[in-house]
Amino acid sequence: MSAILTVEGLEVDLSVPAGTLHAVRDVSFEVARGETLCIVGESGCGKSMTALALMGLLPRNARRRARRLVFDGIDLAAASRTQTNDLRGSRMSMIFQEPMTALNPAYTIGNQLCGVYRRHKGGSAAAARERAAFLLGKVGIAAAGERLGQYPHQLSGGLRQRVMIAMALMCDPALIVADEPTTALDVTIQAQILKLLKDLQDEFGMALVLITHDLGVVARVADSVAVMYAGAIVERGTAAQVFAAPRHPYTAGLIDCIPVPGRTKPGERLGAIPGTVPALVGNITGCAFRSRCAHAQARCEDAPPQHAEGGHEWACIRGAA
Amino acid sequence: MLGFAVRRLALALAVALAVSAASFVLLRLSGDVAAAIAGEGARAEDIAFVRKAYGLDRPLIVQYAEWLGNTLRGDLGTSLYFKTDVSALVADKLPVTLILGLSSVLFALAVSLPLGILAAIFPNTWIDRLCLALAVLGQALPNFFFALCLILLFSISLRWLPVSGTGTWLHFVMPTIALGYYVAPAFMRLIRAGMIETLAADYVRTARASGLSPASVVFKHALRNALIPVVALAAVQLGFLLGGSIVIETIFALDGLGYLAYQSITYKDFPTTQAVVLLLSVVYIFLTFTADIVNAWLDPRLRVA
Ligand SMILES: Nc1ncnc2c1ncn2[C@@H]1O[C@H](COP(=O)(O)OP(=O)(O)OP(=O)(O)O)[C@@H](O)[C@H]1O
Ligand code: SF4
Ligand SMILES: [Mg+2]
Repeated sequence: MSAILTVEGLEVDLSVPAGTLHAVRDVSFEVARGETLCIVGESGCGKSMTALALMGLLPRNARRRARRLVFDGIDLAAASRTQTNDLRGSRMSMIFQEPMTALNPAYTIGNQLCGVYRRHKGGSAAAARERAAFLLGKVGIAAAGERLGQYPHQLSGGLRQRVMIAMALMCDPALIVADEPTTALDVTIQAQILKLLKDLQDEFGMALVLITHDLGVVARVADSVAVMYAGAIVERGTAAQVFAAPRHPYTAGLIDCIPVPGRTKPGERLGAIPGTVPALVGNITGCAFRSRCAHAQARCEDAPPQHAEGGHEWACIRGAA
Repeated sequence: MLGFAVRRLALALAVALAVSAASFVLLRLSGDVAAAIAGEGARAEDIAFVRKAYGLDRPLIVQYAEWLGNTLRGDLGTSLYFKTDVSALVADKLPVTLILGLSSVLFALAVSLPLGILAAIFPNTWIDRLCLALAVLGQALPNFFFALCLILLFSISLRWLPVSGTGTWLHFVMPTIALGYYVAPAFMRLIRAGMIETLAADYVRTARASGLSPASVVFKHALRNALIPVVALAAVQLGFLLGGSIVIETIFALDGLGYLAYQSITYKDFPTTQAVVLLLSVVYIFLTFTADIVNAWLDPRLRVA
């Protein structure tokens, strides 16, 4: 399988009043065609910045650098604004966390879906409408024809997220980047939306970069996993490798926090890793996790060594077991 | 949308009725109509005679009902000062004021829309500050002084535009600029603030993520939502310009409603004052109604209210 997306040495710097915030630090990963990569990590570790950097949608105060950033054979690092804009919504789409506000309140669902299609594929309004109705059916919205004429405020959060997924699919993308697509939804709806994404992936074959802070989600959908901490990827591998034999103490801590049905009583506080993430302004020397790590040693003051074992990679002084 | 429009129209009519009653009563309380009709230096028995003859001794509610009936038939009475039909008098002056008010608001929008949008796209940069400076220039100078500067430049030095009168559209150019430029900063600030907010909105990020063109992102997705408060301001400003353009009307000798209102109040011309007040408030109510309809068209969420 050839990679649809190759990221090597991605850096995102944000200029903030306190100085330069290194939100993404030397991040590298690959996504194969049709594969699901989950990027997981605590709030503020740079997941969204990574996603926005891929899409070229970083905020104005951000700067992106990368040794290699190749999507579908196109060098994104060297692509012009227009080239990137032509890819967005067409070959690569993005789904966001907040379905309640991600659709424009002033236009109908149909108008917004068709707008994307006609921007990239041209064609008649009728063809765009037909495609929109077809996809609304695919994302499980009944009476698609009627929904097309409705405004976002007439739809529930779950339905809006389905519309967003349909919008992402309008031009048959090779990659969808979904940034916490279920976090803002009810638990029951979360499961439905995740299943929907997987089903659509089986049907349309696009690759999926799914961002989440919920390892339970990862366990259900991921082919491979990248664990981020303080802007950097600390462990990466197939889902089987990472879940069966987590190598980085941070990953192991996250896995211990997953609620287990039957074992966790309702209302019981879930395990959490004690301590807080280091500030991302300025340079971090040594292992960023060491203030919270039970295995920390003096050696952890230096940059931790990289280990690789059959596609399973991690950065820690602790080598293979 | 239609049901919404009908409900709003009914409300507008009710408000118009209430305003007409209130203004009728207030005006009657502000002075003695009989004395005004009888004229300066009239004797007490003359005034009493007038009061009886004109039916001014009847209860206020009866007088109001009579006035309302006449008004609805288009009869606004006879002017005490001009001695002519008030309807004809007002119909004569209204177009001048309407044209001036409308063209001023349009001019203000024409100035403030591009400046506000540009400023919002480049916030806190020199572009932003330049746009604000350009917009605020009109407000920094007193209205009449700015008007005089315009006359000096365009009429006296360049001889491009007529100084005063209402003969051609050229006569309206300077008054429009003077009035419109004066209200432009308020529009510009509102458009800038609205655009900064909508450009940062999630749905604009969605539009960008969909690869839509920058023009579509700014004009289709951001501007429409940013315009909603601007419409309400435009209605208020237009109402203000219709009633408050008296300084400019005087400077450019535009014989409009503002000037008429000024004269009728000075000469205690009750029927005329009453008619002008009624007309301005009806226009104002109509503007608010229109703003509601335009906003409901811009923002579908408002249509249920
Ligand atoms: N516009 C911004 N300007 C400055 N700093 C920002 C901005 N957006 C995010 N940050 C900072 O960048 C870092 C990475 O943020 P990011 O949004 O990528 O985190 P995340 O992993 O997506 O977290 P979450 O799970 O809360 O979404 C954080 O420290 C955050 O405070
Ligand atoms: S390098 Fe040291 S501090 Fe960092 S995770 Fe490994 S053991 Fe813990
Ligand atoms: Mg995020």
